[in-house]
Amino acid sequence: MTDKLIIAGTTFSSRLIAGTARYPNQQVMLDALAASGTELVTMSIRRISLDAYAESLVDVLGGRYRLLPNTSGCVTARDAIMTAELAREALGTNWVKLELIGDRDLLYPDVEQLVHAADELVRKGFVVLPYCNEDPVACRKLADVGCAAVMPLGSLIGSGMGIANPSAIELICAKSPVPVVLDAGIGTASDAALAMELGCDAVMIDSAIARAHDPRRMAAAMRGAVEAGRLARLAGRIPKQNFAEPSSPQLGLVGS
Amino acid sequence: MTRLRINGEEAEIAAATVAELLAARGIDAKARFLAVALNGAVVRRAEWPSQSLSPGDRIEIVRPLQGG
Repeated sequence: MTDKLIIAGTTFSSRLIAGTARYPNQQVMLDALAASGTELVTMSIRRISLDAYAESLVDVLGGRYRLLPNTSGCVTARDAIMTAELAREALGTNWVKLELIGDRDLLYPDVEQLVHAADELVRKGFVVLPYCNEDPVACRKLADVGCAAVMPLGSLIGSGMGIANPSAIELICAKSPVPVVLDAGIGTASDAALAMELGCDAVMIDSAIARAHDPRRMAAAMRGAVEAGRLARLAGRIPKQNFAEPSSPQLGLVGS
Repeated sequence: MTRLRINGEEAEIAAATVAELLAARGIDAKARFLAVALNGAVVRRAEWPSQSLSPGDRIEIVRPLQGG
């Protein structure tokens, strides 16, 4: 299979990026990540508990995955930039998933702050993957300031609503000069397949796997869905038409 | 004793440097995947023993955790 995903010059075989949050326990998380086939996993940066220092998530992941720290919870560009710098120091990676939230209920991105923070982080040498809204103009601005990819939301984080605005995602994919990663709101396998059919280069999934009844099985389903959607995209689908076209030949009908 | 703000909480700590602060809080300075910021700027690990602390300083000590 030579159809590889390339982000910032790094090649991936898997087009599924996975989160590490909301799993029932660590072993379920590890099993699901393995079943998903992912090669890139996200994590947050948080204040250390000064009472105890638990086994590091990074140690638990065992060096099997490339790490993508996020700036989740940040509402200002200044906080996001500092979180990214702390992440780079703690993990030794200059990759960052930039999240800047403008509404704590909706967890919708603050595009104005996001573009400003992305611009500054790119100048500081980061590989920036911004979580953004499904707006072709916002995605273009982020690509213009040097982001390595854009990550438009399908629907609200953790909502499982799937892709609320498929035509917007399709337009973003058609125009984006950088890879497009559908991020947030995927609920089940068909959502992931649709994202790939619309032209996305990859999908990012956390809650849909972690909170499924059987996360390991859902991770396997998502793996299949991403591969199927990508193959279908490359295969070139038939157009939709509002009239019937028989499949079987029309000549030589019995009794004619 | 120095009055510091550590991870959002005020505390009086007998520590003159970042390294001494970590020791005072029982954090192993050799632990990997830790990062420290002083007044909004990252303090690199190599500088922990030499970076001095002043009263009123704000320190963030962070590590990676589960996240989406």
